[in-house]
Amino acid sequence: MALTKSYIVARVHELGFTKKKSVETIESLLEIIKTTLEKGEDVLISGFGKFCVKNKMERRGRNPSTGSDLVLRKRKVVTFKCSGKLRDKINGRKYQK
Amino acid sequence: MNKLELISALKKEAGISKLEAAKVVQIFLESMTDALVIGERVEIRGLCSIFIKNYKSYTGRNPKTGKKVAIHSKKLPFFKSGKELKERVNY
Repeated sequence: MALTKSYIVARVHELGFTKKKSVETIESLLEIIKTTLEKGEDVLISGFGKFCVKNKMERRGRNPSTGSDLVLRKRKVVTFKCSGKLRDKINGRKYQK
Repeated sequence: MNKLELISALKKEAGISKLEAAKVVQIFLESMTDALVIGERVEIRGLCSIFIKNYKSYTGRNPKTGKKVAIHSKKLPFFKSGKELKERVNY
């Protein structure tokens, strides 16, 4: 089972917000993150990681299934860099500075 | 934008107190961290999905000295941006 929005909403609901307010609050939170990234600004969350917007240059690529050449246009992508703290937790290690 | 700025933005946007906003952000991050720690996938529609990839151990080299070093197997989160986010960032 994957973690989805509904679980997070349920936990916010436990704080004492109404169901509707919990959904709205989480939607607001996600919207803030998306709007920030859309503006090209990074979102840095200490202890978790950072969401960065990277500019990719135009490059020549290939369609892997047909093998035909094509040009990949200049674009922006979002990348995630995991923090050391999160990485250590995932690997079952205590965080050490 | 950092965590504190995210909390104050949420406070304003949702019309809740700073303490409440901080708790909501905490729940959001904690839920994702806990899921990833037990190897569960995170899937937030419109934003991203994150899953754990296992990397095997290998013998690497210190690029400075050229010495061989054993790199242990590790787990790392793998991030995929969601459709909506992808399209909005690259309008």
